[in-house]
Amino acid sequence: MLTILFDGIAYGMVLFVLACGLSITLGLMNFVNLAHGVFAMVGGYVTAILMNRLGVPFLLTLPFAFLVPALLGLVLERTLYQRLYTRNHLDQVLFTIGLVFMAIAAVDYVMGSQPQLIQLPTWLRGRVDVFGVQIGLYRSFIIAVCGVLVVALQLILTRTRFGSQLRAAVDDPRVARGLGINTALVFAVTFAFGSGLAGLGGALGAEILGLDPTFPLKFLIYFMIVVTVGGTSSLTGPFFASLLLGIADVAGKYYVPSLGAFVIYTVMIVVLVFRPQGLFVKAR
Amino acid sequence: MSRRNFLKAGALAIGLALTAGTALAQDAIKIGLILPMTGPFTSTGKQIAAAAQLYMAQKGTTIAGRKVELIIKDDTGVADVTRRIAQELIVNDKVTAIAGFGLTPLALATAPLATQSKTPMVVMAAATGIITERSPFIVRTSQVVPQIAGPFGEWVAKQGMKRVVTVVTDYGPGHDVEKWFSDVFKANGGQVENLRVPLANPDFSPFLQKVADSKPDALLVFVPSGVGSQFMKQFVERGLDKSGIRLIGTGDVTDDDILNTIGDVALGVVTAHHYSAAHDSPENKAFVEAFRKANNGLRPNFMAVGGYDGMHALYEGLKKTNGAGGEALVEAMKGLAWNSPRGPMSIDKDTRDIIQNVYIRKVEKVGNELFNIEFATIPNVKDPSKAK
Repeated sequence: MLTILFDGIAYGMVLFVLACGLSITLGLMNFVNLAHGVFAMVGGYVTAILMNRLGVPFLLTLPFAFLVPALLGLVLERTLYQRLYTRNHLDQVLFTIGLVFMAIAAVDYVMGSQPQLIQLPTWLRGRVDVFGVQIGLYRSFIIAVCGVLVVALQLILTRTRFGSQLRAAVDDPRVARGLGINTALVFAVTFAFGSGLAGLGGALGAEILGLDPTFPLKFLIYFMIVVTVGGTSSLTGPFFASLLLGIADVAGKYYVPSLGAFVIYTVMIVVLVFRPQGLFVKAR
Repeated sequence: MSRRNFLKAGALAIGLALTAGTALAQDAIKIGLILPMTGPFTSTGKQIAAAAQLYMAQKGTTIAGRKVELIIKDDTGVADVTRRIAQELIVNDKVTAIAGFGLTPLALATAPLATQSKTPMVVMAAATGIITERSPFIVRTSQVVPQIAGPFGEWVAKQGMKRVVTVVTDYGPGHDVEKWFSDVFKANGGQVENLRVPLANPDFSPFLQKVADSKPDALLVFVPSGVGSQFMKQFVERGLDKSGIRLIGTGDVTDDDILNTIGDVALGVVTAHHYSAAHDSPENKAFVEAFRKANNGLRPNFMAVGGYDGMHALYEGLKKTNGAGGEALVEAMKGLAWNSPRGPMSIDKDTRDIIQNVYIRKVEKVGNELFNIEFATIPNVKDPSKAK
């Protein structure tokens, strides 16, 4: 029972790291970025390539799994995305979904369509027994890393100067600009950061979720569920939504395997019926 | 008058063109090979294409004084594309036979075309039972799911295992494995619990936890090949390998093509299948060596051997018919028997399906590589779903 809860939390944590970047761009910058999963995939592939081709240890690949997608995010933001900030949502959706298909084809061409496998270091494999609860080492590692990330993100957003600049830029870009905040820079950095987080999520999740060229499309639906259920105005929303969905998904598949696949959607529908704005949003 | 002349001339021209067409077709025997060369099933396509080309390089490209030509087309693993390509090959290229078919739906979509055009169709990969019943022109050289899963159920029961949990992906081949294994295992006095995993399933942990809690003697798994490695990793991560639950499955999960990338977590997995690259026979040694040499060290898997034997069936059939296709070629392929790299095999003359040995294998390390080492043989298995 507790093992199920634990697995659910780990799964939810991975979902959160993958999706929180999306909740930033969607919620804070009001931009529909369906290509979010592409950055996650890039992160996963960076880890897989570094480990399998160059023999870099797993932990050392993680910073790269963050930096490479972040850099890619920055470049794309400066060259492509920023032109679409002022366009309507339909244009943004069309543009980003096109980007998804291009990315899938490109990765397929370069890396081949087979799933990429990574070998975890031995100290992350296996599981330990804590007070009679079986705990997987890798999953505890994920929970730890993601836990730190959540706290750090929340602090950055609420306690730092950059955090307040970002919130100001989102609330009213014109006034923010008038006060001397370089909104273009703030958005670019935020976007890059969100992309980097997705990449990190992709790398961490490669072991649990699998990694192949269709990743951005396969998990798009999960990202969207997390963001819609959680609401897009803060980070706590998506965080609790990820946990809820992770646990519901794992528990559902354990207790009612025949219906397991639908539990996550049922949860989404129920939440949206009662809280159409998302779980943690004050109704406007 | 001129109009009539014009028509005559036209008819003559068409007639000439037609005879010219047939004359051209007489020159070469064309075989259309339709495979998923891109997309998620690329591995299947590459293995089969490489094996077919190897066969032609070894056995020459002349039958009955005519040149044999192989036309390889990519269907990306999508059924309507397969069907369209098959139609083009039959109508435009006037192929003598079509072959390949990486997945069940691809073969099923093309079956009616084979019947209408009386074109022999050699299925080299797809494994669902019903395929050969969909057209009298289909001959199969791969495997049939019940043929593997059924005898495996009996073998597992004989090993003294009483309770097995099956975890299969919720799609056609998965259902086939589940049904045939469970039925035979139950008939031999075993108990089975069936679990199905959704096709798009990111995380196996809940299913594995369920298995861990129910503590069966063995866990039978059938998932698409790429996902299999993920499954096995999580099996080991959860410590199930040390809990006394044996991991068993059909050979698809320990596919030779990906076995090494799965890594040591696969060690000790017991599977039933019709081909292992480690099969101990002179035919297989020669085949594996030649295949590796021609393909940059790539190890042939059961798909490759399906392609190799498919070409053999076509070659032997064409030799018998002197290069003629159609019903004669199907008749000629019926009842063929030979020593394939996988061991002795034959084409059932009643069902046109394959009869072959099923081997029980265990994953072991040989040198630095993992192999499926065969340790028991169930000889000459017919597809039990048609042997009523």
